[in-house]
This record gives sequence, C-alpha cells and structure tokens, in this order.
Amino acid sequence: MSAKPRIRLPDNARIGEVIEIKTLIAHPMESGNRRNNDGGLVPRLLLHTFAAKFAGREVFRATLHTGTAANPYISFFTKVPGPGEFEFTWIEDGGAEIIERQALKVI
Amino acid sequence: MTDRRVFMLGLSAMAAWTGCAGPAAAQSGPRDIQAVVKALVGDATPVEGRISLDLPEIAENGNTIPYTVRVESPMTDAEYVKAVHLLAPANPHPQIGSFFFTPQSGKATVSSRMRLAQTQDVLVFAEMSDGRLYTTKRAVKVTVGGCGG
Repeated sequence: MSAKPRIRLPDNARIGEVIEIKTLIAHPMESGNRRNNDGGLVPRLLLHTFAAKFAGREVFRATLHTGTAANPYISFFTKVPGPGEFEFTWIEDGGAEIIERQALKVI
Repeated sequence: MTDRRVFMLGLSAMAAWTGCAGPAAAQSGPRDIQAVVKALVGDATPVEGRISLDLPEIAENGNTIPYTVRVESPMTDAEYVKAVHLLAPANPHPQIGSFFFTPQSGKATVSSRMRLAQTQDVLVFAEMSDGRLYTTKRAVKVTVGGCGG
C-alpha cells in the first residue's frame, strides 16, 4: 500500500510546551474523477481519516476529501502534558489502517 | 476562422471538460455549496473574522497548493476551536478537509496541501466551542488545474 510515513517531532520538549508535529505519507489520494489512458475512471481511493493520539488520548483528527493533494502532508500543534508516545493512524477507503508510533522526549 | 479550426477548438474544450471534471462538476454551484456548508456546520450564521488563511495568490500547479489556517482562540477548556473546514466550491467535489481540535491543541493552526481544479475562492469555516461560527475566503488563481478535484 504505502511506504512508511514520515513524522517530524521536536528533538525534545518541556511539559506545557506547544509543539508542532509534521506528518507526511506517500499515497495517490485517487479522487475518482481521474481517467486512465483507456478513458475509464480510476476508482476513488483516499486516506479519508488521519488521527493523532498522545499517551492514549486523541489530540488531533482530520477528515480528508478529494480536495486534499496526493501524498498528504499535515502539520498541527499539541500541548505536551508529560512524557508519552504519539500514535498516528491513517485510514484508507475500504478500512485499511496505517499506524505509526513515535515517542516524545520530554525534558 | 475556418470550420475545421472551430471544430478542433470545440474538441479540445471537450477534452478539457471530460478530462478534468467528474460527473458532480455540472451540479456544483453556489446553491450546492450552501447545502454542503449546512451539512458540515448546521444552521449557525457565519461571521467574518478570527481566521487567517495563508495560500498563494497564484498557484501554478493546482494539484498541490500549500496552505496554513490559523484561528485566533485562547484554546482553553472554556473557549476553544472545535473544527475547521476548508471548501473549494468550484472543484468537482467541494470538500478539501476538516480538522478537529481540543483545548490540548494549544494552537488552532493546521497546514496541508490542497487541490484546486480552477481559479476560485477557497472558503474556510471555524466552529468554536460556544457554537459561534467564523468564516473567511481567499481568491486563488490557478494556472494549471488539479484534475483530481
């Protein structure tokens, strides 16, 4: 399906700090409007949901539609409540999930 | 202009149409966008302000246009931004994406990349925790449309 997603967290963070998280995943985000060389429609295949949890608690969610570009890049912010691990989930049409985890170093 | 040239122009216009636009394109207009907005945010009346949308004025490639949305809010339990919705009314399907925040977000800021099929006004709606609804729009000139819509 897709290559391993790329996640960028700060090298370390303090408790209470608001940090930026950058995510990038390789995916065609087929809109269902594009035609192949034979003139047939390429079926829609989107990552329709992105969710980020920190220490088991959801901190951010996105629903992505056909107006989101291929290889979706999403950057968002969260306040650091303490040490923990991020869990990022992308859900594809049809229900397949891509899950990536990364710990945050808290000083 | 010769008949043949007129015919060829017509053909290329048709190719552009069928190549870029899905079946929904014919129906998307101001009335439909109102229905989409209503389905997303309900009946609240949007007020201009609080939102800044960074987006290039001219996009050479409609397939991937970077943007950042920021909504002014203290982001406390008492007052925070619940959701931000982006819409491209002239795309075959107008929805770009919706982003959901909590007081733990710290900042109601999100960056991503959108597809635009043609030159148009991009609309943003921000839903606040107290039920207020804010909106803004930005015109983007698209040189080569993103057929993905």
